[in-house]
Amino acid sequence: MTDRLPGFSTLAVHAGAQPDPTTGARATPIYQTTSFVFNDADHAASLFGLQAFGNIYTRIGNPTNAVLEERVAALEGGTAALAVASGHAAQLVVLQQLLKPGDEIIAARKLYGGSINQFTHAFKAFGWNVAWADPDEVESFERAVTPHTKAIFIESIANPAGSITDIEAIAAVARKAGVPLIVDNTLASPYLIKPIDHGADIVVHSLTKFLGGHGNSLGGIIVDAGTFDWSKDNKYPMLSEPRPEYHGIRIQETFGNFAFAIACRVLGLRDLGPALSPFNAFMILTGIETLPLRMQKHCDNAKAVAEFLSTHPAVSAVNYAGLPGDRYNALQRKYAPKGAGAVFTFSLKGGYDAGVNLVSNLKLFSHLANVGDTRSLVIHPASTTHSQLDDAAKVKSGAAPEVVRLSIGIEDKEDLIADLDQALRA
Amino acid sequence: MNHDAYDDNYIRSILNNVKSIAMVGASPVNVRPSYFAFKYLAQRGYDMIPVNPGHVGKALMGKPFVASLADIDRPIDMIDIFRNSSHIMPVVEEALKLSPLPKVIWMQLGARDDAAAEKAEAAGLKVVMNRCPKIEYGRLSSEISWMGVNSRTLSSKRAPIPTQGMRLSLNRTSFGGGQTAASDRAAKNKTETT
Repeated sequence: MTDRLPGFSTLAVHAGAQPDPTTGARATPIYQTTSFVFNDADHAASLFGLQAFGNIYTRIGNPTNAVLEERVAALEGGTAALAVASGHAAQLVVLQQLLKPGDEIIAARKLYGGSINQFTHAFKAFGWNVAWADPDEVESFERAVTPHTKAIFIESIANPAGSITDIEAIAAVARKAGVPLIVDNTLASPYLIKPIDHGADIVVHSLTKFLGGHGNSLGGIIVDAGTFDWSKDNKYPMLSEPRPEYHGIRIQETFGNFAFAIACRVLGLRDLGPALSPFNAFMILTGIETLPLRMQKHCDNAKAVAEFLSTHPAVSAVNYAGLPGDRYNALQRKYAPKGAGAVFTFSLKGGYDAGVNLVSNLKLFSHLANVGDTRSLVIHPASTTHSQLDDAAKVKSGAAPEVVRLSIGIEDKEDLIADLDQALRA
Repeated sequence: MNHDAYDDNYIRSILNNVKSIAMVGASPVNVRPSYFAFKYLAQRGYDMIPVNPGHVGKALMGKPFVASLADIDRPIDMIDIFRNSSHIMPVVEEALKLSPLPKVIWMQLGARDDAAAEKAEAAGLKVVMNRCPKIEYGRLSSEISWMGVNSRTLSSKRAPIPTQGMRLSLNRTSFGGGQTAASDRAAKNKTETT
């Protein structure tokens, strides 16, 4: 007899969580502790040597965080996951396993502004180079491949304009180049898009956004798809070579199809240190339980607001993949048929000044640098998140001076439309 | 049978029913995967026998090494082979000469020999290839979940506190295809390119 397979909403509530072995507590307890006692000296040695399953120290693993990790791995369809302090920390830990000084990644030009900064400046200081490619032109990724390329990095739904990336086409480029495809799935969440189904080898998230969903806790996560052969051509020695930190263990040989997640934990998180607080893990886990309900409401509201703006006299353009005429509408129907997400941009006829005015006149929308909150949010990228880019780069990344970005919350859509209407008229 | 992916119930029935496991290629070196697996399976209550002609005279967790399967003095339920794919066939041929026959041939992560598997199956044995029994036991019991591994199982029952020598329940509800292979696509890609 084959077991019935639980659906997405069931996994969102249950995956990874089992009543606590000691107390029977049904909600996942917050294990707010730095460390865990060993049974005896042999147990301690086995844990440190990666021979046994168990907890040592919260910088390496924590039972609350482990529930979050298994849950997101289950929702994404991966083999394992590692939770870290933020989405930025996730990117740092992932690339530390893949790149040595002088190596390169190819990254989509349309990315969260913070990621563009991290790749351009912080990572450059490590000797990790980035080649930018245009997600709307797959050939630009192919052209960027060199012998030093170690990974390709894209966003499934891209910041700031909510454009949809052709994941399968770029996955084919990665496969041909023999490098893993890393997909930042923050703006879609696995409710809308499961990148592993489309060829991603690694998925990263800022849990701070839709997965946590309530704008109260930072977090990031790395999901291992279990699909990449790290031993080929000795290109990824962190995974394929004996590790001196662990007396010569080879991570891939020992851990098989979740080796990448283990490398991120025992070589990345352990040594770089960006651990997630168990309290934040608990808050994010609670958020994930309602992800399917919230995400659908976010999308339905966003579509209604986008439709309203597209007919407004003060608006010159709306970039929302869920609108029938949008250039990404066909990709949205293919990759995210349940909805086009809740983050998108629109352009004001009045330019930069109109953007600044709109933000100051809104009464319900909050002006801040985040997305994926229950509350509706607004930002003027040119003067904030993307202000460190030069004008040409602003336009290329979808943050031209007249552009305003919205993150639509789960309030009543009529109230959101009324607030935008009064602010545009003010 | 299809060896690209296994139904969880197939793996479960093997790990629930075998009692003695001969590990061919077991290593006394404590950073080798075979050492990890041997120690874990012994702690979970299996009767483990290390087989490695290079280490006769030594013992692994108190169990003396034997040179070959024929040297084992008691019936063996499962043979866990820690050898490269090219060394599988002779071990399977040796296993098929045992009386009584073992019930299961298990080839470790990275090891696969379809011809050897066919031979064992023709003799009525169950075969698992390219998997680790420690990982599968940890996954089906959810003990592996501490390190963020997707066990692909659910349970609303209170979890046991694992102690030395304790057998864990492997009978949780499976999801995600109910199969051991989350990396079907990788396996498929590999066949496409070779």
